[in-house]
Parts: sequence; C-alpha cells; structure tokens
Amino acid sequence: MSDSLLAQVRDALGADAIERDPQGLPRAVPDSTDAVAQVVGLAHEHGWKLRVEGRGTWFPADAPADLALSTRALDAVEFVSPADLVAGMKAGMPLELLRRRLGDDGMWLALDPPGRPERSIGSVLATATAGPLRQGFGPVRDHVLGLTVVTGEGRVVRPGGRVVKNVAGFDLTKLQVGGFGAFGIITECTLRLRAVPRADRTLIARGPRDHLTSLARALTAARLSLSTLELFSPAIAAESDWVLAVRLLGTDEGVLAETGRLEAASDLPWSPLSHERAASFWHLAARAVLGGLVTLRLGALQDGLDDTLDLVAGVLDEGLVTAGAGSTGGIRWSGEANVAALRSLRRSAAAREIPVTLERAPWDLRHALGHFGAYREGVSQLVGRLRGTFDPSGVLSVALEAEPDGR
Amino acid sequence: MNAGVREALERIVGPRWVRHRRAELATYTMDGLPTHEEWPGIVVLPGTREELIAVLRALHAAEVPFVARGAGTGLSGGALAGEAMVLVTLTRLNRILQVDPVRRRAVVEPGVVNARLSDATQPFGLQYVPDPSSQTACTIGGNVAENAGGPHCLKAGVTTNHIVELEVILPDGSLARLGSAHGDQWGPDLVGLFVGSEGMFGIACAITVKLEPVPAAIRTLLADFMSVRAASEAVSAIIAAGVVPAALEMMDRACVQAVESSIYAAGYPTDAAAVLLVELDGQPEAVASEDVLVQRLLLAAGARHVRSATEAGERARLWQGRKKAFGAMGRIAPDLAVQDAVVPRSTLPDILERIDAIRRHYDLYISNVFHAGDGNLHPNISFDRRDADLATRVKEASRDIMAACVAVGGSITGEHGVGKDKMDYMPLIFDAETLGAMQAVRRVFDPAERANPGKVLPVHACREWHCVPATREPLAAIR
Repeated sequence: MSDSLLAQVRDALGADAIERDPQGLPRAVPDSTDAVAQVVGLAHEHGWKLRVEGRGTWFPADAPADLALSTRALDAVEFVSPADLVAGMKAGMPLELLRRRLGDDGMWLALDPPGRPERSIGSVLATATAGPLRQGFGPVRDHVLGLTVVTGEGRVVRPGGRVVKNVAGFDLTKLQVGGFGAFGIITECTLRLRAVPRADRTLIARGPRDHLTSLARALTAARLSLSTLELFSPAIAAESDWVLAVRLLGTDEGVLAETGRLEAASDLPWSPLSHERAASFWHLAARAVLGGLVTLRLGALQDGLDDTLDLVAGVLDEGLVTAGAGSTGGIRWSGEANVAALRSLRRSAAAREIPVTLERAPWDLRHALGHFGAYREGVSQLVGRLRGTFDPSGVLSVALEAEPDGR
Repeated sequence: MNAGVREALERIVGPRWVRHRRAELATYTMDGLPTHEEWPGIVVLPGTREELIAVLRALHAAEVPFVARGAGTGLSGGALAGEAMVLVTLTRLNRILQVDPVRRRAVVEPGVVNARLSDATQPFGLQYVPDPSSQTACTIGGNVAENAGGPHCLKAGVTTNHIVELEVILPDGSLARLGSAHGDQWGPDLVGLFVGSEGMFGIACAITVKLEPVPAAIRTLLADFMSVRAASEAVSAIIAAGVVPAALEMMDRACVQAVESSIYAAGYPTDAAAVLLVELDGQPEAVASEDVLVQRLLLAAGARHVRSATEAGERARLWQGRKKAFGAMGRIAPDLAVQDAVVPRSTLPDILERIDAIRRHYDLYISNVFHAGDGNLHPNISFDRRDADLATRVKEASRDIMAACVAVGGSITGEHGVGKDKMDYMPLIFDAETLGAMQAVRRVFDPAERANPGKVLPVHACREWHCVPATREPLAAIR
C-alpha cells in the first residue's frame, strides 16, 4: 500500500488508530462503526484487500491483505437492561469482561464458545462457534437480536432490533452470524441475556467412549433437563479416559431433583464438581480447543455420533474432541491436518450428509478448503450472489468455498 | 389474466384445481386481516411437489408474478394477490412426509396444518412447539413464511428456532436445499434468512422441523389484578427472577369480558383490570419450586387471587379463553383489526397506558390480549369496516400505536409479519440503507421480483443497491 493511501486512512481515523502488525502490514484500529465504514469505504474505492481481525485469539492473522482492520478498539458495552434481559455492545468486546459486566447486574449470556476468555464477541458471532451450552440455550444465532454491520462497500446496515421478538423485514442477522465475515464486518450487536440461575451444578462421568455415548442416549431418552451434555476426548479433558460432562441450571429444588434423576438413569458414577472446579473445567475445555492449529465442526446428531467420531479418528486422528452428546449433536475436532486429509474427510462426511465447517485454520488451509467447502443443491449460486451484494469488489479477505480444483 | 397462462396451469394441475371465476375467487380476496382486499387473477392449487415446480416454472416462463398462500390466516395482508397475479395455494400439499422420533425431526409439506403435526408426533411424546392462536387452521408453510410465534414461544423460541432444513423452489422454478437436518448449518444460515421472508424468496416445498419432548409436568397459573400496571410489573418481576415460563400471557378487562360473555368462557374474573396466564413446564420438582416462587411474585405485585391448575382439563379451560379470545371478539363488532407490535418488557406499564390514551382519543373499542413475557402486544380494535369514518380512525390509531411502540425501542411486528399492512411503518425502524440491503437480498433469491411483489419493503424508502447478475450453478456443487 502506498504512503499516500495510508495517509488517507490516517486522515480518516487519526494517527493513533494506525499501527503495523508484526509483518509490517498497516493495521487500522477504528473505535466506531463510522470509522470502520470509512476504512472499508476507502478499501472498496481503491481495490484493497482487507483482513478483519478481532482480538487475534481465534484465527491466525494471516489472510493476504493490503490492510488489516482490528475491531479491538470497539470494546464498549453500550447499554444493559436488566429488566429486559438485553444488552448492546460493540463487537470487539472481550467475552470475559462482558461476563463480569453482566454479572454485576445478575445476568449472563448463555454462550460458552471455545477459545480464550479475551476472545471478542464479534468473533464468536461471525464464526457461530457455540459451546456446550447450545444443548440448553441453542446455537449462537438464537442469542442475537440485532446487529450493526459494515459491508464490503462501507455501507452501514442495521438489521434486527432491541426486542426479544421481532419479525419486521428480512432477517439479515442470520446471514451475518456464522458468515465468517464474508458478508460484512459486525461492529455492534444486541444480545438476549438470562438471569443468573439460582443453582448451577456440573457433574462428570468417566469411561470408554462407547459407554458414554450410550449413556448419553439413555439420558436423552429419559428426557432429563440438561443445559449441557458434552463429551470430551481424553486429550481435551486432560484425563486418561473419555469424559461426559453435565451442567444443570435452575432452581435449587429443580437441580437437586434432576441430579437424583441423572444418577438413577446412569450405569456409571457421576462426580459433582465444586463451583471453582466446575468453572475451571469449562474454562480449560474451552481453551484446550486451541491446542491444535485446525478446528472443525461437524453436524452429527446423537445417533450418528459414534460413527462420525470413528470417521474423524480414521481419516485424521482422535484429536481434541468435544461433542454434543444430547439432542443437539455437533462435533468439534481440533488437531493438525493437511489439505488432502481434510478434503477426504469432507468427501466422506458429505456422503453421510454431514456438513464439515472449517472453524479455524492457517490461511493456506482456509484458502484451499474454504470454511464451508461446497454447498448443497442450488446454494452455491445464492451464496455467490449474496457475496456479490455485500462485498461487490471482493474487499473482504475470506475463503468460504474450496478452491475449484480441490473439490 | 392471459388465457394462455390459465391453460398452461390447467395442463399441469388439471382444470379442477385452477380457479378463475369471480365467485370462486371471492374466497381468496382476504386473509385474516379485514382491512385489505384484493382479487387474484387466477388461483392454482398444485397437489404435488412436482406440480408446484411445474407451476412456478410456467409462471416464470410467462413472466407472471405469483403469491403463495397457505390457509389464509395471516394477519398482515401478506397473501393477497392482485389481478395480474396468480395465487398459488398450497393447502393440497398437506402430507407429513416423515416423523423421526430418535432424531426428533419431522419433514412436512407446506400445507400441513400446524396442530396436525403435533397430533402426529404426540404418540412419540414429542411436539412441534410454535403454536400460533390459529394453529388449528394455519399451515407450517405459512408459519415459515411469517416466522410465526405463539404463546409457547417465550421459552422455546419462534418458528425460526425450530426449522433446520428447507427444500425451496426459487421463483424461477429452480431448487435449493438450505440448511441441514443434522446438528449444524451447511454453509451460511440461509434457513434463518429464508424463514420470515414472507413468500418473497420462493416457496418451501419440504420443511424439516425440530421436535421437542412434551414436558413431564405443566402448571398453569391464573392471576388477576386490579390495575394493568400492576399486572405488567408482575411480568417483569417473574422474568427478572430467572424464571422463564413456557408462556406468560396477559388479557385486559375488555378482552376478559368478551371471552366471558362468549361460548369460550373460561371462568376469568370479569371485574379484574387484567389477568395473567403463566404456564410453567419442565421436570415436576422444578415446576413445583417455580410455582411457589411465581405465586409469591404475583401476590407481591398486587395480584388479588392466584389459581394454579395442574390437571389437563382445567388447564385447557384456562387456555381456551386465551386461545379463542380473537373469536370471542367477533361478538363485539363485525371486524377486528388485530395489531401486533413489540416493546421492551420493562416499558409494558407505560405503553399500555399510552394505548389506552390513543383509544380514548379516537373513541375506539380496543382489547388487549398478548404475549406479555416477550413484550409482544396485540391491541385489537373492534370495528365495522362499512363505517368509513370509523375505518379511518382505526387506521390512524394503529399508526399512533406503532409509533408509540417504536419510540420506546420496540418493533412494528413480533409475529404477524409486515405484508401489505405494515410496509409504511418499515422506515420507522429501519434506515434507507438497511431497507436497501433487504431489497438487494430479495433480488438474490428473486431477481425478477415476481414472488409476492409489493409487500414488506416500501420501495421508495429503500436506498439503491446494485444487483448481482444471476450466474449458473457451478457443476462442482454437491447435494
């Protein structure tokens, strides 16, 4: 990028909002939606490629670009409404800070995504990376009420709203959540919250994988009210065996009764974790996902869990695995893998109608494989046109699809 | 309408399923909203997925716009078609294609009636949760188009939270398979984008829904209050205490009196200013402990009496009044303008007083029956549309109510959709750029803008976005 163009960014944002990344690439650090729009507008006008970074804790910051844009200065909570259980914030807000801020008002965001505690909320939304709590509280999209998005042209779009129920207009928030930034940059969000539950109990059971998946099926059939029912591989749980972890949330009486029901329906002993140990268990499990360079998520339901885990272990390796063992399903795998192995896994999974999303990987893998690889019938054209609509000159450096020769 | 189009449609579905005489078309001139009326050119009723595809292809070839319609219970004028349009009625596509109790999924055609689906899954102890008041008539396809809600959506979410995969026929007659019945999206969340698109992105011909277990225990509480404000404050107190009821509904005195003087009488106290229906569900112990907590909160907020029902018959009776409230209002006046708006829950006390002031200003009969737990209001105006002056006041009052809800940070619709009725309100909550983005996304699915034209988006208020030309589907795409 020429000095004169860089000067334009500096003029728009102020000198403090420009820095160099470790490779010497200029990086803009805007602190408002308008400032993001100005930078992206310039990029669109001059044909620059832009790499969007959150707080740099999830993806490596390695997408080829003329300019990096970090959302880390977008770190304010804008409003909190305990009576409505709604909060608005900027997208660079770190999760841990947000958790503390909401906790002050007796509220929490029922999302426990993988990664580090300082990960930005925008990163979680853009990648739709939900954690074990999706069993009880749904995927990331269910927590999002409204967004502010800067498109690849620098247009500012504000879909959704601030209320918990809203069907006005087309739901463009859904396109952005899990869009990996290909349809714009999320700069602000309004989220749905919960009141902190009176009782919060974590119990774990250890055993061979097949035994635990069978137990999970029995618990589902017994219709327990579990907020999480997550399976962890030995490597990710730092245990000698597989671990099944349950989290019960609600009233004291409800959680107590559910614990009794859980034990009665199980043929393995459950170990309750103290409050501190439970917090550390979930924290370490979320962080351990970063133990490999590559993270994948596979859509597999409970009845296909064993088969899909076998497939992953066969094509890749056992790796760092967490899996939704309850009715929501979903497998997350982290480890090391090359392009050929990942292609092979995608092919085998597609034959079973299982989507494989590349959540996290170095650019060469993201570029070769795409976050989504290939789509089902009729979708490719729609996605292509949506990208053309929200990023007509291809400013946003994001690889959604596999390279054409690699499918 | 061009006779060639009619003949083409008759060749596809047979002459019996193409309606074009004025008397036949009369049925289709309105949906559930009495303030709009339009006569479609032709009504076609395809009986199979293949016929539906052929119909859309024929209309595409003839460049004729179309409107999809389910049972016609919509409340925003969304399924009205003008003379130059074909109304594609989907009620014959009413097969439940699959129920998979292990995976908790069902696949249905768009014309399946909402309540029929839960009836079919009941033997497995499963249910389809979204339950619009019209659930004994409305169709799942219509629910998908409108992103319909219902009383039991407070805890479990609205239609969009229960749809995982859609086979969609785009307006040019091509097919797209959105989402995945498995545990994750496949690609960007196009299912989420499609649900609530009000028939402007295409027609879903196979809908895969999530099923949920029927709760082990259910309790329904009825509390009555001497002031609307106290009842509204009780709503916030319950939610703030960390209880998420399955449903939390409010009815004001006008509504209660209408119900109690109808055949749907449920035993609500007619002298109360407002009643709350609170339904708790889940495991028995959790429900019992929440019941104690909620009763305490209701009484602390000023409830006169609280009744708690566990027996199914008694619960059904308490619900009957709520579910049939709209029917009961039919006794008051020939027409009912069912309004739909959302406000932040904390503003309920103020907004209900504001609505009452608007009622007095325009000298109207307004009854409120609504989903208080999520702030989703339904101020219903009883009137007679033959009285032109009255109809004008209804329109003006509706606009004032919407403006008041938007002013406190709300939305113009929580579950009924925008349709034709609320297009003019869209600029109250979306700027020109966001409206332009919606218009551009619509063109992604429907470049020729022939699916349900003239709805949702006030075109004059949309900023211009460029269009991306359609390209052919790459050969490498997989199923």
